[in-house]
Amino acid sequence: MSAILEVRDLRVEIPIATGTLVPVRGVSFQVERGKTLCIVGESGCGKSLTSLAIMNLLPKRAKRTAGQLALAGADLQGVDERAMADLRGNKMAMIFQEPMTSLNPAYTIGNQLEEAYLRHRRATRAEARERAVYLLEKVGITAAGSRLRQYPHQLSGGLRQRVMIAMALMCGPDLIIADEPTTALDVTIQAQILHLLASLQREFHMGVMLITHDLGIVARVADRVAVMYAGEIVETGTVHEVFASPLHPYTQGLLRCIPVPGKTRRGEHLGSIPGVVPALFGEATQCSFANRCPHAMPACTAAPIPLTAIGADRAYRCVLPVEACVANQARAVAA
Amino acid sequence: MTAARATPILETADVRRTFQVSAGFLKPRRALHAVNGVSLRLAKGEVLGLVGESGCGKSTLARMLLGLLPPSSGDILISGQPVSSLDRKAVARRIQPIFQDPYSSLNPRKTIADIIALPLKVHRVGAAAEWPAKVREMMDLVGLPHRYVGNYPSQLSGGQRQRVAIARALIMRPEVVICDEPTSALDVSVQSQILNLLLDLQRELGLTYLLISHNLAVVEHMAHRVAVMYLGRIVEEAETDRLFGDPQHPYTRALLASVLTPEPGLGVPDAHLGTAFPNPIDPPPGCTFHPRCAHAMPVCRTIAPKPLATATGHVECHLYDTEMRQAS
Repeated sequence: MSAILEVRDLRVEIPIATGTLVPVRGVSFQVERGKTLCIVGESGCGKSLTSLAIMNLLPKRAKRTAGQLALAGADLQGVDERAMADLRGNKMAMIFQEPMTSLNPAYTIGNQLEEAYLRHRRATRAEARERAVYLLEKVGITAAGSRLRQYPHQLSGGLRQRVMIAMALMCGPDLIIADEPTTALDVTIQAQILHLLASLQREFHMGVMLITHDLGIVARVADRVAVMYAGEIVETGTVHEVFASPLHPYTQGLLRCIPVPGKTRRGEHLGSIPGVVPALFGEATQCSFANRCPHAMPACTAAPIPLTAIGADRAYRCVLPVEACVANQARAVAA
Repeated sequence: MTAARATPILETADVRRTFQVSAGFLKPRRALHAVNGVSLRLAKGEVLGLVGESGCGKSTLARMLLGLLPPSSGDILISGQPVSSLDRKAVARRIQPIFQDPYSSLNPRKTIADIIALPLKVHRVGAAAEWPAKVREMMDLVGLPHRYVGNYPSQLSGGQRQRVAIARALIMRPEVVICDEPTSALDVSVQSQILNLLLDLQRELGLTYLLISHNLAVVEHMAHRVAVMYLGRIVEEAETDRLFGDPQHPYTRALLASVLTPEPGLGVPDAHLGTAFPNPIDPPPGCTFHPRCAHAMPVCRTIAPKPLATATGHVECHLYDTEMRQAS
């Protein structure tokens, strides 16, 4: 398969007064052309830092290292900031959570849409304008020509996010990284935006890396899923495998926490994961989930747990054998 | 339900709230009908879910129920007594809020004990010497370890902060709690803990909840009845099973169709709602939903629908009005 993005052993280290924080600890995945990888996890699991690390947009004092980091086969690690800026917004583009804070309030929509195109293509302003109108129509904005003269505050949240998507598409990127693109929106608008993103992805054959905490979104848009916990990927596989038969106790726990219309009974207790995420100082010395895991045993705290691959594209990070994980899940579902 | 027939613990009768808003520089101010004739009844011990898109007037309604904002017209009754005849403190004793963001709703410079005890202080309940015991009792109730009494909100996690907010809301033993997006700011694993806690407290203390949420799965899990709000009006209200099983109003159907349940392979639904949520200053004539409605008839553009009784509630839609259907 043609991987548009290849990430192997990505680490982010942030030196602080009392030591080193390691919020991303050896993360590996691929995003394929025309496919969607969802990275799912709760706050502080390192999912947003992972995306910023790929774009080389980490805060200055954070240090990024990786075994491999390649976009369409081209290495992203050795390149200087100038070359990176040529890629950003061009070959790879990002859509952020809050369109109001990521759009510049002092410039018109048109100005902001055209900027990247003018920067990356030797285009005239008229060509850039034409492209902007074309894409605004593509993302379902009517009267696109007159929208170009508007400022972000004149648009609703849904429209702003559409503008953000149009902006990401201006240069026809190979990869889109969307970090919680619909979290600030209403359910109706959320469905529209995700629908739009999926159809544009098919049309332009882009790879999409979507970061979210919402398991409903993951189920509906992902081809592959990577579940992150405390800076590590704890489980990965196709969306069907992960939802039908979650292996890692954290994935199993997460899926039990959400009410599912028609499945969970009204007013009954939902599952929960007691405890808190461990601090991410220094190197891992044990399973990071052990302190919250219902199946924890001495082996979990003796050494870091490696990712165990099952077949070509499924892996999980747990000391228990697959059969035991499956049995645990079956018991929990029956209970 | 017989409980609904008894005097409701909280009732609104055709409540309206209008704001005068600026329509632009040098233009005359215009009226925005944020809440435009809402009649709701909450029976004791009931959980009523209130859903709708942002800007539909949910929060304005909540603020009026809390006595923080007087209605422009219409009545709010607590156990049959009009709120206008009670002073604000009397309202606050009986109705308490839990807000969305536990990061901004707690005073960062007060300790947890101070925050939870504040209502006692405001309402001058008992002697100050008794407050610490009451605070501890509340902390037990919401599952906060006593060691946090002297901590500040910044030292607590989001879930713990929301527990503090719940303890503060319940220390006066209110009858009604207005939960405005109580778990939207929380992580999935914490959300479920808070929802479990809210359910337990509701049963233990016989509380009545108005649960405002955009998360329809949460509403279905928690609520006995659900009201759907659109541009300041309740366009459909029904018992939860009915509403989710057999939605009547096209807007309710579109809302439910937009819910992304965690079932892989189904793809993202297209609710065919169109992009534009109408400008509330300039609402469409007739049925305010008609520009987005797939079933709009000519009559919908001119005449506003009246509430029609359904099996367990009401719906405001001409589709269910034989007279109007024939007129079209």
